[in-house]
This record gives sequence, C-alpha cells and structure tokens, in this order.
Amino acid sequence: MNQSANQGFPLLKVEHLTMRFGGLTAIDDLSFSAAQTDITAIIGPNGAGKTTVFNCLTGFYKPSEGMISLTHPDRTRFLLERMDDFRICSKARVARTFQNIRLFAGMTLLENLLVAQHNQLMKASGFTIGALLGLVSYQPHEKQAIELARHWLDKIGLVERADDHAADLPYGDQRRLEIARAMCTDPLMLCLDEPAAGLNPKESDQLNRLLLDIRREEQIAILLIEHDMSVVMEISDHVIVIDYGRKISSGTASYVRNDKKVIAAYLGVENEEGQGAEVKP
Amino acid sequence: MEYFLQQLINGVTLGSIYGLIAIGYTMVYGIIGMINFAHGDIFMVSSFISLIVFLALLSLGLTFIPLALFLVLVISMVITAAYGWTVERLAYRPLRDSFRLAPLITAIGMSIVLQNYVQIAQGARVKPLPPIIKGSYTLMEHDGFIVQISNMQIIIILTTLILMLGFSWLISRTSLGRSQRACEQDRTMAALLGVNVDRTISLTFVIGAALASVAGFMYLLYYGVIDFYIGFVAGIKAFTAAVLGGIGSLPGAMLGGLIIGLIETFWSAYFSIEYKDVAAFATLAIVLIFMPSGLLGKPEVEKV
Repeated sequence: MNQSANQGFPLLKVEHLTMRFGGLTAIDDLSFSAAQTDITAIIGPNGAGKTTVFNCLTGFYKPSEGMISLTHPDRTRFLLERMDDFRICSKARVARTFQNIRLFAGMTLLENLLVAQHNQLMKASGFTIGALLGLVSYQPHEKQAIELARHWLDKIGLVERADDHAADLPYGDQRRLEIARAMCTDPLMLCLDEPAAGLNPKESDQLNRLLLDIRREEQIAILLIEHDMSVVMEISDHVIVIDYGRKISSGTASYVRNDKKVIAAYLGVENEEGQGAEVKP
Repeated sequence: MEYFLQQLINGVTLGSIYGLIAIGYTMVYGIIGMINFAHGDIFMVSSFISLIVFLALLSLGLTFIPLALFLVLVISMVITAAYGWTVERLAYRPLRDSFRLAPLITAIGMSIVLQNYVQIAQGARVKPLPPIIKGSYTLMEHDGFIVQISNMQIIIILTTLILMLGFSWLISRTSLGRSQRACEQDRTMAALLGVNVDRTISLTFVIGAALASVAGFMYLLYYGVIDFYIGFVAGIKAFTAAVLGGIGSLPGAMLGGLIIGLIETFWSAYFSIEYKDVAAFATLAIVLIFMPSGLLGKPEVEKV
C-alpha cells in the first residue's frame, strides 16, 4: 500500500510516534521517514495533527510514545525527543518556521539573519568576553556571518532592504525571510509549517522556486506542511497524508492524489445506505 | 545662576548612579517581563563588597590608591555578577514557567534575604569610609558663590558615560546583544534558532549586576556612608527611573535616571529637602498619566 519514494539517505526516522493530550490522541502511532535531498510534504485535513508532528520534531512537545531519530551523513544519531529545543537547532541541525510569522519584528533583516548564526559567532568571540579583551579576532567571523546573511537576502531578493525593520516588509517577503533565517542556522532538515499560507499565486510560485533552489544547492531535507495543493503537487517528492493522527497514505504526489482513502478523508465518504457524502471538518 | 549650575552638577552625578541601577531593572523586565526587586539590594551588596575589598587591599599593603580603586572595581564587579547570577538561578529560573506573580514574590523575598543577610553579617550600623578622592575644580566664582565640580563627580559622570556607551555598543552591535534582543521579542523562536535562552537570561542578570556594582562602588566613594538599607531606597528610585523612561527601553533607563536625579536635587535645592521623594514620585505619576508607556517606551503590543 505504502509506496515509498525515498531514494536518498534516510535522514529522519519517526517510529510509532504517539502524542496524547489528556484523553485526546493527537498523533496515533505515526511512522515515516524523510530522505536527505527530498522534499517531503505532510498533508491532511484541518486538525489532523500535522503541526503537532512538527512540535514533536522541534522539541515543543515531548511525545507520549515513540522515537524520532535524526542521522547525520557522518552517522551521528540524535534522538530529537530527548533534546532541548535550542540543541535541536544547534546540534541536530533542524530548523523550522511557524504557521504564523515569527520574525523579530523590531530588528533589521540583517540582524534577523545574524541571530540565526548566534552560536558560531558566540564561539568565535570567546563568548563575547574574549573579543572584549581582544584575545580573539572576531571581525573575520562577523564578516563571514554577514556575507552568509547577504547571500540569503540576495536569494530572496531583499538584499537592498537589509537595514529595514522586518516588520516593514510585505507579507510574502516576510514569509521568505523566515525561510532565509531558518537556512542561516545551517540546517540539515528544514521544517516549514504552511509556508504558502496567504500567498498570492505569484508569491507562491516564487516560494516553489526558492524551495527547489534550496534543495538543489544545499542538499538538505525539506519537510513541509501545506494546504496549498499547487505547492505540494509541484515540488514534493514524497507525500504523507495523515488524518486523525494516523497515516492514511504515502507515496508520490500523483499516487496519493488518486488514493481513495485520501479522497475520502478530504471529501468525506459515502455511507453504506448511500445517503450522500458526510464532510468531515 | 551659580546656584543652579552647582545643583545641575550634583543632579547629573546622582542621576548617573540611578541610571546605572535602572539599566538592570529595565533589561530584566525587557527579557523576561518581571521586576527584579532584588536588584536594589544587589547594588547594596556591591557597595559592601567594594568596601571590604578596599579595606582588604589596604591591609595587604596596597597604598597606591588609583590601582587599589581599579582593583576594587574589577573584583567587586566579578563578585556582584556572581550574586546576580545566583539570584537568578535560585529564585527565578525554577519559576520561569510559573504564573506571572510567582517570580515577583520571590524577587521581594530575595530582596529581604539579601538585606537581612548583610545586616547580620555586617551589622546594622552605618559603615563610614573617609573621602578617598579629594580635590575639586572651581568652574566659576561670582558674588562670593563658587561653582565647583569635584574630582569624584568627574569620575562618576565619566565612568557612567563610558559604561553606557560601551553597553549600548554591546547591545546593538555584538552577537550577545542581538540574541538578547531576540529573546526579548520571542523567546521560543530564539530557542529554535539555536540561542540558549536560559544562558542569555543569566547573562542579562550578570550584566545588570555588574553595572549595579559600578554604581555601588561610586556610591560608596561619593557619599562615604553605607548601610544595609541603602539598596531599598536607591532601588525604588532606580525602578522609578526605569518606568519613567519607559521600562524595557535602555536609553529610557539612562534618561529616566538622569531626570529623577535632577528632580531630586533641584527640589531639595529650591523647595524642601524633606519632600524630594514626593517630587520624584509625583513626576512619575504625572508622566505616566500622559505617556502610559514612559518617555521612550514602546506601547505594549500583544504577541500573536
């Protein structure tokens, strides 16, 4: 049933993930894997548990059961469910964005991207004290960080607005800036929670190209929650469909699109008496 | 005119000390949204540390005063920073995710603990220190009235100026400052970008305590008398200064400190010395009526 489209190195492995909130089981025995250099989309109706999966991956929730392991290409293995949120980013190299925009609104675009490189800079500056006492040369590292930030600003076409406040950007640009900021943490896996939400067709097209660019140039895994089917169908290599916290289908985009279970989950099923479709929320 | 000038100099000196303490209040409020009521007592502890270290250095035979004072300042900053770190670690971090009032209550508790600790360890009587930095410059003389600025006042104003410039640079230009501002705006997101939020908060307390220790050191040298209670009054004044300038805003804390210092001095000079605190707090009340977020504060925006 489950047609696997994984080709690359299996970076992320989620096994028997279960997340309960009191009596509510938000995720029920979910297993999937995501390969490096693949774009994996997680889709499903509202309330299916997609964002909860992301929250478990990035240390927001501690799963009730199950294992989430991330294996770097050098074979170092990280169990994400046991790590603090900031270590998931700095050590396991997982970055994420949220459904709503969470830029540092009062800081400039450049500063937003530099915060993401905080750890390298802190180490380079001897935790600031070394640099204050002139023990280490900090400037080259700072310059390098700014260069990387500019590289990403250039990629999202905002390089001339580097010194504007993030809050002053239009919505679509803010979305892309979030992705650029996540990329500045030098991740191996990028988790995007509805990156195309609220974008117009042109902006969503730009987003597609950005994500394909990232995959091609950075060779990283992209995990994507999306409602916008044009994004999912166009760029994802592998689609996982969940409903009520369970995986109901997985495979290539064209495969899951024609899977009866998926159609049923989205549009409802005809019940046996044939009294018409019941549409699930 | 001469009298006014003289009071202006005195007011700026006092305001500098308030401003240095106020930064500690405003930084902590900015990053974790709580009022660290123990901060005034950290200032008080630091002035005791300065006195003890100074006497210890003298008894060790270090009689070259400028070097002794410099060493006192550095040692006192380090020890006070350790106090600041410890207070945060013991009293605030365990309550980080608790309801809003919990850390406020432990802050008041911590303040009482520090006061009583110093009272018991050092005694309740005031500790005098004879003036160490003497001498002054006469700026002008008119009709027998002399406008003077003492060397101590010059040192206080200059040190404050340098520290504030350095501190502003630290916050606006360094990676540490950037991560601090990031935590201020969205702690969760900062953590997801790899910023160690707990460590950043600890560093905020450490920096605040170090600045307060400079204030404590200068207070000791300027007034020459300290007791276990000075932290309460100075702390409340500095807190007022931080709120007046707009709590959470660093330039606001500096400006607020200056204004409170000036109001107190001028009120004492022209009206009555008994009512100087009334004047300072009344100014705060009036400013807050017309500018609820303080002079330089930004209006509170609900995070969505």
